[in-house]
Amino acid sequence: MPEPFLGWFASRGWQPRAHQLELLSETAAGRSMLLIAPTGAGKTLAGFLPSLTELAARGKPKPGSAGARSLHTLYISPLKALAVDIERNLARPVEEMGLPVRIETRTGDTPQSKRARQRTDPPDILLTTPEQVSLLIANTHAERLFSGLRYVIFDELHSLISSKRGHLLSLALARLRKLAPGLRTIGLSATVADPEELQRWLVPQSRLTDERAGRITVAGGASPIITILESEERIPWSGHSARYAIPDVYQTIKDHRTTLIFVNTRSQAELLFQELWRINDDSLPIALHHGSLDAAQRRRVEAAMGRNELRAVVATSTLDLGIDWGDVDLVVHVGAPKGASRLAQRIGRANHRMDEPSRAILTPANRFEVLECQAAIDANYVGAQDTPSGGDGGLDVLAQHVLGMAAAAPFDAEDLYAEVTSASPYSDLDRETFDKVIDFVATGGYALKSYERYARIRKRADGLWRISNQQVAQQYRLNIGTIIEAPMLNVRMTSRKNGTLSGRGGPPLGKVEEYFLETLAPGDTFLFSGKILRFEGIRENECLVSKAWDQDPKVPAYAGGKFPLSTYLADSVRAMIADPTKWGALPDQVSDWLRMQQQVSQLPSSDSLLIETFPRAERFFMVLYPFEGRIAHQTLGMLLTRRLERMRAQPLGFVATDYSLAVWGLEDMGAMISDGRLDLAELFDEDMLGDDLDAWLNESWMLKRTFRACAVISGLIEKRHPGQEKSGRQVTVSADLIYDVLRTHEPDHILLQATRADAAQGLLDIQRLGAMLKRIKGHIQHRALERISPLAVPIMLEIGRETVAGEAHESILAEAAEDLLTEAQNQI
Amino acid sequence: MHGANAALESDTPATGPLTAELSVNGTAVVCDRMGVLWLPGSATLVVSDLHLEKGAAFARRGMMLPPYDTAATLSRLGAAIASYAPRLVISLGDSFHDRIGSAHLPECYREQLQGLQRGRDWVWIEGNHDPDRPVGLEGSFCSELHVESLVFRHEPKAGAADGEIAGHLHPTARVIRRGKGVRRPCFASDGKRLLMPAFGATTGGLELRHPAMRGLFDRTRLVAHLIGRERIYSVAYNRMNG
Repeated sequence: MPEPFLGWFASRGWQPRAHQLELLSETAAGRSMLLIAPTGAGKTLAGFLPSLTELAARGKPKPGSAGARSLHTLYISPLKALAVDIERNLARPVEEMGLPVRIETRTGDTPQSKRARQRTDPPDILLTTPEQVSLLIANTHAERLFSGLRYVIFDELHSLISSKRGHLLSLALARLRKLAPGLRTIGLSATVADPEELQRWLVPQSRLTDERAGRITVAGGASPIITILESEERIPWSGHSARYAIPDVYQTIKDHRTTLIFVNTRSQAELLFQELWRINDDSLPIALHHGSLDAAQRRRVEAAMGRNELRAVVATSTLDLGIDWGDVDLVVHVGAPKGASRLAQRIGRANHRMDEPSRAILTPANRFEVLECQAAIDANYVGAQDTPSGGDGGLDVLAQHVLGMAAAAPFDAEDLYAEVTSASPYSDLDRETFDKVIDFVATGGYALKSYERYARIRKRADGLWRISNQQVAQQYRLNIGTIIEAPMLNVRMTSRKNGTLSGRGGPPLGKVEEYFLETLAPGDTFLFSGKILRFEGIRENECLVSKAWDQDPKVPAYAGGKFPLSTYLADSVRAMIADPTKWGALPDQVSDWLRMQQQVSQLPSSDSLLIETFPRAERFFMVLYPFEGRIAHQTLGMLLTRRLERMRAQPLGFVATDYSLAVWGLEDMGAMISDGRLDLAELFDEDMLGDDLDAWLNESWMLKRTFRACAVISGLIEKRHPGQEKSGRQVTVSADLIYDVLRTHEPDHILLQATRADAAQGLLDIQRLGAMLKRIKGHIQHRALERISPLAVPIMLEIGRETVAGEAHESILAEAAEDLLTEAQNQI
Repeated sequence: MHGANAALESDTPATGPLTAELSVNGTAVVCDRMGVLWLPGSATLVVSDLHLEKGAAFARRGMMLPPYDTAATLSRLGAAIASYAPRLVISLGDSFHDRIGSAHLPECYREQLQGLQRGRDWVWIEGNHDPDRPVGLEGSFCSELHVESLVFRHEPKAGAADGEIAGHLHPTARVIRRGKGVRRPCFASDGKRLLMPAFGATTGGLELRHPAMRGLFDRTRLVAHLIGRERIYSVAYNRMNG
């Protein structure tokens, strides 16, 4: 390591770590590298050392020279906050060493003037987000701006690759490589299940050879100390609030310096925050942090956290990633972690020094979650990983990218195809599909060729594709990105005086999904931003609220933030239940519960599927214990009820949790199984993933929601921009209606292909369901019971509580219409 | 069907009338689940907000929506006309999605539409999307039309307007029962005025609670006639949330 770096390390009493030196020498030799290290290992500094040393050797570039007109290093982080945080951390060594290096950030919050200046007078190192990179490469200045690019650093790469955001970023990287052929990539990642996938992602792929970046793995530090919250209280059968544990959580906050409290959903965060303050007799500084809150408010919490002024922060996944959060000495996880890797990363927040053990307390919200927490703890000790894989690149994402590339410069289809397939998520893309995507970008790709004269991109006589006009480029810039959120409205505080609302001017509190507000009537109360609010109405695209004094608000039913149980943890939970020798680690209430199940019915074993049937309240129930996660169970429930109907079991409905599935109907399914009218092998045959799935999918609201996302990402319909849709006559395009029209007239359209692929991968967990059906074939155990079993209690309690958003219930309309009939009859 | 999921929603509730028959300002009208209004007294069929050529209008601005909306709308319109065999058809404005829509209408659709017009009277009411007479199509064109005790115009007039049948707002209603909401296009009437649902295949909607609907109805008498899969469901405005 050259001076002044050696001196700087020495002045702080530090030794360069082995992995820092190794990364430096490997990249100097021209290799792209993946660095896998736990938090606190100096990973970020390691990532920047190759750039900093090179820039130090280069010195300040002459004004107007190539070096002054191009970026040297691009740092890409999944979170805006992370980019800002890194700027702060990097400024110090750069300043102390007096390096001639200019570092700037560029995010969605960067003012327009600064962004324009960055294009003409770029810094040496630009810290930014994937969306900004896509915008920059689609700019006509891209060629110059990136001509001297030497390094691209991807932080938290593991969290980037498993989404459409990662697909878009991989395409951007392919373009960057074309603009700057000599560039090297550096991926920084937490431990993942499949590091080779990341290594391939970092370098251009070819059909002939297996190309991978090099890899440096830093062993984990001290093992974390993880326990399950010990509570005298009764652990509930079901639910997700963990209300029973609030006093115990409060006590642990008091016992520690700074506690980070993670939850899985925003509504859980709101509820927990509210409950903690209800008993906060010592007025401890406890804050709330989630993605819907106003940005200014989030920044205040982050700043206070950095100054160690807070005793606790209740947070959702917005704080998951590698931000340095001051001296957190305890992580409390409320609710089950749903994945072993996710838990490890969240625990990594505590005690950011790698040689001291982190401390974490898991707080299960119900009995099944106790099992899941225990499984996660066991997984953590053996270092098991269950990070999701990236999957094949989305065609909707590719369509967006193609339009962006046309906006940047005219392209040759052959060249662009080669470039796109060098990105690992798209390495298997065939040319025919690629051409279909181009056709889609140009005119919508319909069999009925009626839009040729309106084409957005056109192939000219020179064989190159060009955008038709600048308006198209503008449209592209406004619709960039792959994060599609439900339409949101700003929430603004007003005050009530003598029963009337005062004028505007209250502080903004954040954003709430529009569909949620649609269910509210003025006067309803709900929990948001840590306050109980009274809904006053919607005025010009803002939701006006006032302070409410109610004790029991209606909690927002947020759709976001629900993770499915990972396959790994599901296997572990099944194995734990099946093996009574492992129950010693569980609280007595929970092991007693399992023993009762053993006596009354039987335990689900790890390689078979237990099905219980029993009557209850004039209904007949069938409860299954597949442990495959809520999404797969929901899909299974939809398919099973279709089949049960055909088999004349008269099913009425079902409910799914992460662990089990309950179906109920008018016929005694237990008796039907016993006398052979219902054949379980037939019921659970793998062929249900064929015709039944197709038939159901076409009607499913979930597919419509997926279609909407694909339609927006691909540029078929525009994103909704806040403030754009004025009150009065709204000319929004309904994605649902487009879906219906497209499905009727062109069922093989490329966007429907993309939608089905998405649904199969994530939304419906069809792969996982398929694996389960295979696994249980010939291993279905049925118990016909007189009454409900202990293990069935949790899911039975969910019945009626569970709501499926968006599904069109004809029956609900009928019920509502009955009211009017009754009323009319009463009048006569 | 009760319970948490609607896998079986194909079950059509057996009860209830398929259409809603009501009186608007003394004239008997029938709200049909096809999205059309039928006036038995004058054999008049009313449709509103066809938004023909909406896909093409968006394509002209760079959004390549499926080019099948006109075909879909015309085939549904054909079915409604075949079923009622009206003497008069009123298209209540926004028949075309934009000003040049009728001029650019592909020939096959023009012929289809001309076929529907044959042998009956046809009135195009002026809309905000299509303020000019449709090009190359039969039918009279006006901004208002009086039939029986009713007056037909595209945009509802603020204040009292007895017997007004209007479109423009694409009304939808959201019914909430047991924590679940269902939103559907609807006819909306308080007995004095009636708002028509949008008929076009790719037209969105606006809820009755939206500020744009303010002042149009006596909400204590307002009933939404929602378009269900097989029938009309009538729900009082003040019972939307149960």
